[in-house]
Amino acid sequence: MTKPPFVEIRHAQKSYGSLEVLKDISLTVERGQIVAIIGPSGSGKSTLLRAINDLDPLSSGEVWLDGVQVNEALPHRQYEKHINDMRQQVGMVFQHFNLFPHLTVRQNVTMAPKLLKKISDKEADALAEEQLDHVGMLERIDYYPSQLSGGQKQRVAIARALAMKPKLMLFDEATSALDPELVEEVNQVMKKLAEEHMTMIIVTHEMDFAASVCDRVIFMDKGVVVEEGPPDLVFRNPTQERTRNFLRKHLEGAK
Amino acid sequence: MGLDFSAIPPFYGTLAIGVLWTIAITVVAALLSFFGGILLAMIALHGPQLVKQPFRFVSWLFMGTPLLLQLFLIYFGLVQIGIDLPAFVAGVIGLGLHYAVYNSELIQTAIVAVDRGQMEAARTLGLSRGQALVRVVVPQAVRDVIPPIGNNMIALLKDSALVSAIGVTELTLSAQLAIGRTYRAFEFYAVAALLYYIINLGMEAVLRRIERRARLSR
Repeated sequence: MTKPPFVEIRHAQKSYGSLEVLKDISLTVERGQIVAIIGPSGSGKSTLLRAINDLDPLSSGEVWLDGVQVNEALPHRQYEKHINDMRQQVGMVFQHFNLFPHLTVRQNVTMAPKLLKKISDKEADALAEEQLDHVGMLERIDYYPSQLSGGQKQRVAIARALAMKPKLMLFDEATSALDPELVEEVNQVMKKLAEEHMTMIIVTHEMDFAASVCDRVIFMDKGVVVEEGPPDLVFRNPTQERTRNFLRKHLEGAK
Repeated sequence: MGLDFSAIPPFYGTLAIGVLWTIAITVVAALLSFFGGILLAMIALHGPQLVKQPFRFVSWLFMGTPLLLQLFLIYFGLVQIGIDLPAFVAGVIGLGLHYAVYNSELIQTAIVAVDRGQMEAARTLGLSRGQALVRVVVPQAVRDVIPPIGNNMIALLKDSALVSAIGVTELTLSAQLAIGRTYRAFEFYAVAALLYYIINLGMEAVLRRIERRARLSR
């Protein structure tokens, strides 16, 4: 028997009323792979990402992580427990950071591990220091989020996700809301994670970043995967007309 | 008969006890109204349907009827069904629940206004809906309505005078007792008013400190 893929999406379909935003998407991601999902806005890429931890539940289809079905049909109570367990294994980083503004940086990082893994205050402090050091934010450990720049907030948000020791990290346009000069510091942190072989699925508008960091690029448009492959191939030699159009427009926009 | 404030010094003790009872009632009722308000808001928004409706009715009852009547009902009325509460306890419950309902309205609006991303971020980390509410959403909602809750607490302090009607010797009743002995109504009511004002200033100072701390965490 062959080993199942690390992340597997099978026939994902999602509609809002009569609008079909995901049309029968299947894909797999292997452990340690870094996959970028690109595409125009409204292509369904964020919806697909958010379906992976069931934040936006699929209308039909399955999501599997490390041999376990994430969106398994269970009675309500059992499902709640199951999905909370699954989400602990999947870190997520949002476009607008979503740090908890009423908590300090330290508390942002330690809240979930303390609550869910019952670690002691001392262990939690050590964990916060380790994770914040990793993203270069140790010296801001006792600040409130309102006292940080956007790039700093996003680095703290990454540390918060990593503190749960996830198997998989999801990035939903993590740098889209940042001023251009703050993008690089977040990209650096993501590159570092890539070097440590964290499995990552990254929804992004940044083609350069995707090209330099990712093993695979998936181009989505209108709810379907139009093209996928190594970045060299997708960016330099796209086989599909739609991919070429998108990349051309994007290049023009960047100029 | 002119004004004669020399009638007051012999009643310093009576007035002091009145001040202490007023502060005690206000503080305990304020705490009840604060935590009760949070609880009521969470039930109103996220409680089971079976509980929501009766709670809505009780809320309507507390907002739609006079506080004085509620105090009478709790102190004099409940005795008939075997619940004999001391006047202080009845007063605290009446005042506390009355303002809990008002605080709950404020907190409900604020909970709904907390950015959806906060709940999402908490759920993504693996927190249950309840944990996310208690740890992430409700603290921010409460923080956002501290100033109007503060106004409610000042109103609560002033309404604590109503508890004199069920025989708690707080500041208003203490003044009345002194007036009964001296017939110096203006003098004692004026002093009582001054004392309320001073308590009020103290309370505002405390509220300002809380507001300042809350502002940092935005």
